[in-house]
Amino acid sequence: MKRVGVFLCWCGSNIAGTVDVGKVAAEVRKLPGVVHVEENKYTCSEPGQASIIKAIKEHRLERVVVASCSPRLHEPTFRRAVESAGLNPYYFEMANIREQCSWIHPDKETATAKAFDLVRMAVAKALRNEALSRGTITIEKKALVIGGGIAGIQAALDIADAGQKVVLVEREPSIGGRMSQLDKTFPTLDCSQCILTPKMVEAAKHPNITLYTWSEVEKVEGYIGNFTVTIRKKARGVDETLCTGCGVCQTKCPTKVPSEFEAGMGTRKAIYTPFPQAVPNKPVIDRANCTYYKTGKCRVCERFCEAKAIRLDQEDTLVTERVGAIVMATGFDLFDVSRYGEYGYGVYPDVITSLQYERLVNASGPTEGKVKRPSDHEIPKSVAFILCVGSRDEQKGTTYCSRACCMYSIKHAMQYRDKVKDGRAFVFYMDIRTPGKAYEEFYKRAAVDYGVEFIRGRPAKVYQVGDKLVVKAEDTLLGRQVEVEVDMVVLAPAMTPRRDAAKVAQVLSVSYDGYGFLNEAHPKLRPVETNTAGIFLAGACQGPKDIPDTVAQASAAAAKVVALLAKDQMETEPMVARVNEALCSGCLWCKPVCPYKAIDAKTVTEKVHGKVVSRQVATVNAGLCHGCGACTVACRDGAMNLSGFTNEQLLASVDELLGWVRPACSAD
Amino acid sequence: MTAPLRYAYYPGCSLHSTAREYDTSTRAVARALGLSLEEVPDWTCCGASSAHVTDPFLGFALPARTLAQASDMGLDLVAPCAACYGRLVAARAEAGRHPDFVKRFERATGRRPAFSGRILNVIELFAEPAVAATLKERVKRPLEGLKVAPYYGCLLVRPPKVTGFDDPERPVAMDRLLESLGATPVDFAFKTECCGASLGISRKELVVELAGRILRAAKRAGAEAVAVVCPLCHTNLDGRQEAAAASHGEPLGLPVYYVTELVGLALGLEPAALGLGKHLTDALGLLRQKKLA
Repeated sequence: MKRVGVFLCWCGSNIAGTVDVGKVAAEVRKLPGVVHVEENKYTCSEPGQASIIKAIKEHRLERVVVASCSPRLHEPTFRRAVESAGLNPYYFEMANIREQCSWIHPDKETATAKAFDLVRMAVAKALRNEALSRGTITIEKKALVIGGGIAGIQAALDIADAGQKVVLVEREPSIGGRMSQLDKTFPTLDCSQCILTPKMVEAAKHPNITLYTWSEVEKVEGYIGNFTVTIRKKARGVDETLCTGCGVCQTKCPTKVPSEFEAGMGTRKAIYTPFPQAVPNKPVIDRANCTYYKTGKCRVCERFCEAKAIRLDQEDTLVTERVGAIVMATGFDLFDVSRYGEYGYGVYPDVITSLQYERLVNASGPTEGKVKRPSDHEIPKSVAFILCVGSRDEQKGTTYCSRACCMYSIKHAMQYRDKVKDGRAFVFYMDIRTPGKAYEEFYKRAAVDYGVEFIRGRPAKVYQVGDKLVVKAEDTLLGRQVEVEVDMVVLAPAMTPRRDAAKVAQVLSVSYDGYGFLNEAHPKLRPVETNTAGIFLAGACQGPKDIPDTVAQASAAAAKVVALLAKDQMETEPMVARVNEALCSGCLWCKPVCPYKAIDAKTVTEKVHGKVVSRQVATVNAGLCHGCGACTVACRDGAMNLSGFTNEQLLASVDELLGWVRPACSAD
Repeated sequence: MTAPLRYAYYPGCSLHSTAREYDTSTRAVARALGLSLEEVPDWTCCGASSAHVTDPFLGFALPARTLAQASDMGLDLVAPCAACYGRLVAARAEAGRHPDFVKRFERATGRRPAFSGRILNVIELFAEPAVAATLKERVKRPLEGLKVAPYYGCLLVRPPKVTGFDDPERPVAMDRLLESLGATPVDFAFKTECCGASLGISRKELVVELAGRILRAAKRAGAEAVAVVCPLCHTNLDGRQEAAAASHGEPLGLPVYYVTELVGLALGLEPAALGLGKHLTDALGLLRQKKLA
């Protein structure tokens, strides 16, 4: 029997306060194989680690068990300690007697009994632990950034400035994203386009950045360091190398459609660049609305293009890129506010969304920055801003706070008061949330210097009386109903994930929450990594965010990417699934359950009774495998096994717990 | 000749008393459409609103008993009164959600509060494919030129999780029904505002104000009449109309029709057969003016 050393941690009073560690130690000493037991106040401390190393040498330990916290925290610490004493690090085993015991049980006696159970299970497993060795993989020194909004631009620039190659993919005709649609940004009121466009231009000109606009990521294969990405370059209808961006085609095109960029407040042509500062400044043809694609006639753009750049017969092309890391910066959509029938969006023309209002106050917008209401183009003498339309509403919307709406609605009200001196601005709110640098001061300025009127209460209804809109609400500070007559109503919609976020997440095997926001690996300590190695998050695809937070997260993601790409190769975890080909029947039930697409079929040739036969078996790509173990459960033949968590090791733990002695012959 | 479509029918107390014309017109219309409405035997009051504000169990048990009675008939159940409808669907939801309620109900009544059929309000009844088809066929006197504000009130659409009927903030089912009769539905913002309901007894001035708002909004939107599906809404809009007009010095003169009365008129039935003479706000003058009576 192997010689096992067990180290029981007090974790100060975290464990020792609830678990009688001394009593556990006395019991553990009696376990077969255990030759050394030791208690430490903090096993993770340097003296604690040193005592492990010392004991391994003095007691010739072959297996080491530490009973302390979650392996998520200190498993690497102890593995290193064990390794430095000359043992294979995978001979180490950890029992979690803190998160899974002392922290959650109030009763000392039962907690102590459970702690002992957990330790003896770990000892039973450790006795069967095998030596494992780490492999290495090479790293492709290039990154892919999906999404060309401010998050993607910032991440791409930071990675490129660090000397690494970047592929930036944007599905719209231009990079810039949501930020390019905004007018001023809080709390400094600087012009959104003015601070964004230099970055857009830099991204397009940077020697390390390859920019694909009007393009979508279609397929991602491979694993950290070695992703193969297929990008669909949608047919632009325009030869980008010839087009000079003169804009004549857009002037001459006879077809007008509502502009997505203007949030429906203005129009664009069927051949268009979304906005004047677009990067690249090359138009695309919207084939769903172009007369030529509908009737086979027109070709006006082609006739007027001096550069002869129009390519009506252009087709989509597929490009393949090999990258080592991926940053998801796919951004957000807005909640459909027409789901609040009581606010009359889509029924009353002067009820608009905050994004539409941004276009109204924007100097380059459809009204050249004059606040004119849609119905009669008059300047409204009063405007109501309604917060939380879809946010913080379990009944009809989402449960979460969208974080930016309080601030931008305050900004909207200030801008309105600035532009319409005799106008009144009302903000209907549940709470005003200003948790950012200089945010609270901004809110105070709106109330004190700009005379914005704040009413605490979620409106029950908006209805029309003549050419006025009446907002009916309970003023919960006054404790009475109010009806406020205004000329225009602006609804602040919840930020939601992109409509196809879940689909994109599945293409990349990234986990997402119930709404479709992509999940970070740890909410506090790994905020820009995903659970899929090599894929990182930036911006509102991870959750609602304002611009400062988005940029910070984008730079953080870039730092992670740069750290990864700085290495030529990296070590891989040996705790991955492996197939016993002799047992595998090739049914491939394991394939659909694998969340990381790590399993494939392969053909093996073998001799059976003197004849050569070929048959199918499963094979695991160790680079993709995360060691989750789903396949080992699905496998009907017991052919799939997870190194470090083998069936034998886990059954030994369970048998130990239940007090069973497994007959030697059934230990398969 | 196909067999008549059969429905279990729950008139509730109001249709046997203050809202007799709702009952009369519902039955008359059913006859004209070849529907057989079979009254649930030995039904009980739905309890609205006194039962559910005093004792939650009683509030659910009363309508649950009616459901148990109706369940023996093996038919879908029609409840014209919006409050009765609301209590019946609420009782069914409660029975489905809370096993404790079911046990206590069984102990109290010796019956299971089970009802597997559908519970229909009158709007839903007229929207049944077979009924809608017959109605379309038999409209003899389209209500052309009649501008009607469809007033849904609170209980038909709320709580939305229980009623599952139409959009709770902007319902359109009654608008569609009025269109099918040839009338012009008038969209107005007070379709689902509260009329004050039973506060008409304890706080009359409040109901005068609330009912007045609904009527003024309908009139401003261009309506000549209001259509309702609830006896209490009718009482408040019809019966308090004069007081509401006086309180704001603004004449109203909006007849308030049960939707079944309008269906009956379109089917060519005589006003007397529909109980139209029983209204407090003149219901016949407008019809004569429009040559609909």
